[in-house]
Amino acid sequence: MNMPAVNPQPARAIEPPIGKVLRLQSQRPKFSLSRAAAIGGDIAARVIPPMIVIALIVLVWEVLCRRQGATLPPPSRVIADTWDLITDPFFDNGGLDKGLFWHLSASLQRVAQGYALASIVGVALGTLVGQSTWAMRGLDPIFQVLRTVPPLAWLPLSLAAFRDGQPSAIFVIFITSIWPIIINTAVGIRNIPQDYRNVAAVLRLNPLEFFWKIMIPSAAPYIFTGLRIGIGLSWLAIVAAEMLIGGVGIGFFIWDAWNSSHISEIMLALVYVGIVGFVLDRIVAGIAHVVTRGTAAS
Amino acid sequence: MTSYLRIDHVDKNFIRGGAETKVLSDVSLSVEKGQFVSIIGHSGCGKTTLLNIVAGLTRASTGGVLLENREVNDPGPDRAVVFQNHSLLPWLTVYDNVRLAVDKVHRSTKSRSERHAWTLHNLDLVQMTHAKDKRPAEISGGMKQRVGIARALAMEPKVLLLDEPFGALDALTRAHLQDSVMALHQKLGNTVLMITHDVDEAVLLSDRIVMMTNGPAAQIGEILDVPLVRPRKRLELAGNTTYLKCRQRVLEFLYERHRFVEAA
Ligand SMILES: Nc1ncnc2c1ncn2[C@@H]1O[C@H](COP(=O)(O)OP(=O)(O)OP(=O)(O)O)[C@@H](O)[C@H]1O
Ligand SMILES: [Mg+2]
Repeated sequence: MNMPAVNPQPARAIEPPIGKVLRLQSQRPKFSLSRAAAIGGDIAARVIPPMIVIALIVLVWEVLCRRQGATLPPPSRVIADTWDLITDPFFDNGGLDKGLFWHLSASLQRVAQGYALASIVGVALGTLVGQSTWAMRGLDPIFQVLRTVPPLAWLPLSLAAFRDGQPSAIFVIFITSIWPIIINTAVGIRNIPQDYRNVAAVLRLNPLEFFWKIMIPSAAPYIFTGLRIGIGLSWLAIVAAEMLIGGVGIGFFIWDAWNSSHISEIMLALVYVGIVGFVLDRIVAGIAHVVTRGTAAS
Repeated sequence: MTSYLRIDHVDKNFIRGGAETKVLSDVSLSVEKGQFVSIIGHSGCGKTTLLNIVAGLTRASTGGVLLENREVNDPGPDRAVVFQNHSLLPWLTVYDNVRLAVDKVHRSTKSRSERHAWTLHNLDLVQMTHAKDKRPAEISGGMKQRVGIARALAMEPKVLLLDEPFGALDALTRAHLQDSVMALHQKLGNTVLMITHDVDEAVLLSDRIVMMTNGPAAQIGEILDVPLVRPRKRLELAGNTTYLKCRQRVLEFLYERHRFVEAA
């Protein structure tokens, strides 16, 4: 089957299903001591290089920003300035004066709501588009146009519609992360092998059974590729959206710090944003790994 | 005439992009209950197409299929298929692959514990109980075909359809599985329609061998009865004159009268 318009950006939409990385097992060492040493060496080999690189970057940064006339603070200043924020992320002085934990958790809640909604609607619409030629012909051109609209361009419209920051932010998350989920799900459904459809036909599975027992597991690697791209986009969008809507949230925290010229706080927040984004991606990847255990290899 | 399974004047044309190809032309065949019938022919002549029509997975262009005098158009568990490439669901364990079929087909007639027992029974028939918790990726090709057979048998089909079930296997595994299928046929008395391109396999297993001419527009060229008593033993048959004669007939048909045409 040829799939025309669904997927003009294969590099982005179809990554190969996440498979297990098998490493050649070296011969099992005889002594447990040498084995422990081998494992220790293995961990060291993974941990030491990034440590060295990080240390180098910090060093260069320190040297560059220590010079006279540097516009950004060196790492030592950043840590000194933000020591209170680092050591006590849980303080709450009311209003917007809260610890970083509260800002991050407010952002995460918005992402959770928008992303959950996008996952459900995205998988449902993707299934429809993947399964029905008519739905694909009708919906695909619309999807292809809408998915190129930048996240923040939706914000004024949603503010006008919802007249409130909170649902608007959630909507922006939703509309940003839904496209890769729809497109990848549709590709996954389209790629269900005819064999599985034949099995379902011989067993006379009804549409609901077919959906749960054949479609979802068969398309799972593709769906999770979409979900992974989606969570990344959500996190990108929330920070930008919160800068504009205000309220508690890491995006607003950054904007607020900028307005009061607390550059060190911005840098600290960026580190947290990066780490949280990384963790979110790992979580979805981990779920994908568990769920698609059987499907990846066939 | 009332046969158990009847393929009645079946034609099949595939239409793709305005071009029409005739794959099957006027195929008629009757199969009695409990019979083991093989269909043999060169690659691409339309064997799978014919089997799919019987299974209901493909519609005949004209003509039809009758099972117990009732026309069958849609796929269903009364005509269980063992597919050319096993078609186990890779995300389910061996047990769950069979259980899916058992749950679907026997939902109203068997209780939960009976369905569990029936699943294990069928895995036991093909000697796969030991691997019931493995996934298809973790077992060999021969084992996958066994599970495919167990899944089909578990549906208690009226007709068992086998599409080159041993095509992808090495000779030893193949012989072993042929013996298993023969033993199962002896024990359960299923009506079987099997596709093959292996002459020895056809003669060893079948009561009748249907030989198909080359496509396009393949037809039934000849039908050969194999009057060998059952149970049949591979080694004893090697020198049996009836066996050798049947083998000779099929070979002549395939390699002299209907040689595989490269261009086709
Ligand atoms: N869906 C289809 N559309 C168009 N042509 C088809 C279709 N399915 C099969 N054909 C054609 O029908 C012919 C017979 O195919 P079929 O798969 O039945 O052959 P076969 O005898 O099973 O071959 P093999 O022994 O290799 O499995 C082939 O020439 C094939 O190209
Ligand atoms: Mg075939």
